[in-house]
Parts: sequence; C-alpha cells; structure tokens
Amino acid sequence: MTSLTLSQVTKTFGANRALDGVGFTVAPGERVALLGHNGAGKSTLMKIILGLIPFDSGAITVLGAAPGSHAARRKVAYLPENVAFHPSLTGLEQLRYYLRLRGERPATAMDLLARVGLADAAKRRIGTYSKGMRQRVGLAQALIGNPRLLVLDEPTSGLDPVSRREFYAMLDGLAAEGAAILLSSHALTEVEARTDRIVILSKGVMVANDTLAALRRQAALPIHLHVTTRPDQADAVARSLDGARMNGVTVDLTCGHDQKLARLGQITALGAMIEDVEVIPPSLEDLYSHFSRQTDTRTQP
Amino acid sequence: MTRISASAGAEFRIALRNRWVTIAVAMMALFSMVLSAAGSAPTGALGVDKLSVTVASLTSLAVYLVPLVALLMSFDAIAGEVERGTLPLVLTYPVSRAELLLGKFVAHLAILALAVAVGYGIAAGAAFYFDPRASAGLPALFRLFWTSLLLGAAFLAIGYALSAIARRPGAAAGLAIGLWLVMIVLYDLGLLAGVVADGGGYFTTHVFPWLLIGNPADAFRLYNLAASEATAAAAGISGAANTIPPGQALASILLWPLVGLGLATLAFRKVTP
Repeated sequence: MTSLTLSQVTKTFGANRALDGVGFTVAPGERVALLGHNGAGKSTLMKIILGLIPFDSGAITVLGAAPGSHAARRKVAYLPENVAFHPSLTGLEQLRYYLRLRGERPATAMDLLARVGLADAAKRRIGTYSKGMRQRVGLAQALIGNPRLLVLDEPTSGLDPVSRREFYAMLDGLAAEGAAILLSSHALTEVEARTDRIVILSKGVMVANDTLAALRRQAALPIHLHVTTRPDQADAVARSLDGARMNGVTVDLTCGHDQKLARLGQITALGAMIEDVEVIPPSLEDLYSHFSRQTDTRTQP
Repeated sequence: MTRISASAGAEFRIALRNRWVTIAVAMMALFSMVLSAAGSAPTGALGVDKLSVTVASLTSLAVYLVPLVALLMSFDAIAGEVERGTLPLVLTYPVSRAELLLGKFVAHLAILALAVAVGYGIAAGAAFYFDPRASAGLPALFRLFWTSLLLGAAFLAIGYALSAIARRPGAAAGLAIGLWLVMIVLYDLGLLAGVVADGGGYFTTHVFPWLLIGNPADAFRLYNLAASEATAAAAGISGAANTIPPGQALASILLWPLVGLGLATLAFRKVTP
C-alpha cells in the first residue's frame, strides 16, 4: 500500500491553473523531493494533500483515507513554509499544546525540543526566537506521535549547514522506520543526496518524476570533464582533445553519456601531459532547468 | 475533550501574557468602584436593601461593559490566527474547527467570569459595608452574575463569527465596535423612536416586545429587572416591557450563545487557511 497517491489532480484559482493533472505516489519509507520555481504549485499541492484547500478534479488518498479526514490527520505531520506560532507562548508551552491536540503525553515536549536542539530556549517566548529556532519548533511538532506521512514545505529554510545535516539524518531515521516523506526545497544540492525520488513541478504541470539517476539518463545532458594539465601543456592538450582552454592549466571538455569512456581513453593516452581529470555529471540544477524549460517551450509554441 | 481543554489552556495563557485578563478584571473593578462610590448615598427612603439597589445599577453597567469586554477578547480569535499564519498548521491536527472554537470560548468565558466576579464582588462588598441588611439582595446578585456570563457568552460567540467573516484583525475590530454601537447603544434609541412615532399602535403592542427580547442585551436587562425587587429604582425601558414574561427573556439569553456559536462555526468553516 502506498502512503500517498495522487492522480490527475487539478486545481484552478480563477483563470489561473495552479495544478494540472498532477499524479504520483509516495511509498512507506520513501523520501520524495518536490521541486519547482516559486509559484510552480508546490505549496498548493501540499495544502491539498493536507485537506486545507479543496481540489477541482482528480483523486487523492492519504494513508488509505481522504485528504483532511480525521483518520488522515491523525497520522500526517505538516511543516508549513515560514511556520508561525503565537509569540506569547514559550516553545515548551507551544509543543505541549500540540502534543495534547494529538492525544500524546505533554511531558514528552522537552525531549522533542532537545531532539531539535532547543532545550536551552524551551522556556523563552517564541516571540524572542530567530527564524531558525522557529523552524526547529516546527520540526519538533512534526515529529509528534510517530507520523506515517510527513509533508514538509521548505523544511531547511533558515537552518545553518550543521542543522540541515542533523535534520536530514533525522529524516533518514524516520524513513527507516517506514514513514513516507514529501518535502519541497530550493536547495537542490542538499536534496540531491538525501532523497530517493524527485518530482519536478513547472507551472502546475509535473514535468519529471523519477530517481536522480534515471532523470540524468532521460535528460541526456552533457557530462563535463575537467582536465588539469602540467604547466604550459594546456594549449597542446586543448588542441589534441579539441576542447576549450579555461586558464593556464585546465581544459574543459563536454561529451554525451555514451562517449564518456572513449573521451577518458583519449585523455589517458596523453600520459605525462595530464595532471588530473575530474568527471562532473549534470547537476540537479542542470536537470532542473532542463525539465522546467520543457514546459516553457510547450506552453509557448 | 482533551483537545478542547488543550486549546482553552493555551488560549488562557495567551490572554494572561497579553494582559487581557488584567485589562478585563481592571475594567470591571474600576467601573464597579465608581458605581459603588456614586451610589453610597443613603437610600433608606426606598425601603429596599442596599445590595438590591447596587444590583439594579450593576445591571445597567453590565449591559454596556460585558458585551464590550467580550467583543474585545473575541474579535481577534480567528482573524488574528489568519494574520499570524498560525491557522494552517493547527488545522492539520486531528482537531475540528468547532473544538478549536470551543477551546477559545471556554478560556475567554473563564476570563470574563473572573472579571465579572471581581467587579461584582467589589460592589457587593461596598453594599454590605454600608447596609447590614444587604444579604437580602444576594439572590439578585447571583442571578446577575450568571446572566452576565450568558450575555458575555453571546457576545463572545458573535465576536468569533465577526472575526471569521472579517479575516483581518483590523476589519474584525471595526465590525465588533460597530456591532456594539448598534446593538447596545442605537438599538434601544431606535426602538424608542419607533414607539414614540407609533403612538401605541401595532408596532408597540406586537413588534416591539419581540424586537426587545430579540436583542440579548435587552433580554438580559429585562430578565434581571423583572426578577428584581428594585425594578422601580433603575428601569428605563421596563415600563414598556412589562408585557414580556421573564421566561421569554431568559430563553433569549440562553439561546443567543448557542446561535452565536453555530454562526461562528459556520463562518469559521468557510475560512481557507
């Protein structure tokens, strides 16, 4: 059974088509990244999955129930983009409140805050918190009650690099216990290593839904080869490999996925002229712009 | 039930931090003290005990003040959450909108009860100080207390409905003040004008009594004054309202909080976070 199933989900706001026939699934234990420009429909899609806003057509099942139903809400955790809390409450009070709403023991609030590194600030009012600290309160509330599906909208915004790493480690743990995770992000590089599958939305249309490796094959974007030469050899190397010289010691080559080994063979044949070779596969940024561009050309014939 | 009490607890704490508890209690206490000081002159000629007289003046005070305090606490309830952006998250929790609303209602009603108890307590204390026979007025005071809570409950609920309809705190505050002005101040003037113009015709005999008990504030005043011995001491409108049985007025103040909460829940359901 999948944790989340969407098929042909469509939503319009007036004349604006926010989502157009979006369909994908998230399995238990799977971490899926939802990518897209601002206004691509990510937050709208998440709010629809949570039952906060209605959709026009299509079908959605959340843990076997309708989105927003009591059964679904019991087992779904949400972290909104720019999460907000009442500034007059302390982090501890806020979390105790959320625990009681979920029918959990309020006494575990301190443990949860300690898990996100907020134990010291627990008894301060949220009004005095920084954005990163509020984000941590948001994360802590998303961990309440062993959720089976986590819907996280820009969960790492406002977090420093160390906290981000801790956050993804926490997600790995939850996924290993069988929780399904759907998260959106702008930080493509961190999503790259930390998710199992990538869904790209562009102007409300789903333009990609696959693993990173499969998306790379599908896009067939050129691979970059950075060749570092011995001093004064750059020009000779560039001539013989038919590449572009970047500076005194580097030559930049691009080639298709299928030519990669042949090119590497040519480089090794140059022997002593070469200092080092670096193979750079298309980044998620490249893939992202590749797939996002597809809709641009499709919508503007 | 835990969900309602959880929401009520958080709401009460917020009101405490935001000084709403202090403001409500101070307002009621201040007005009661002013009232007691003004009414401390001897009233032996009237032949009723001091507390009954105090209750009659407290009734006139409560009609203005209790709805005002209730609306001040409730106008922000939903619009404020929309503005702060706290609504989407809490609505993904397994809690219904009616439960959230009831939680706020319980907390605000408790604050109101505290404020009213302090205010009336001060006035009663003053009455007992000046007149040892004041215990005769205790039943009237008790009745005034719980009907004040019902009146407050009605205006809390109406305030939530306004808050959900307005969706912005500024607009909700405007609506609340406007409503207070119309229902508490202008309503009676309008009715009075109607009665005067009608000159004892169909409006005065058939429409007017219903319009009077249709307004919770007027129903509150009618019920307390009709049931009180000291009616003659303070009643302005009661002469015209003698035809209305107190039971109907009571039904109105009992019904209004329920109707208000129903309206507020309906309006809240229409709010998309």
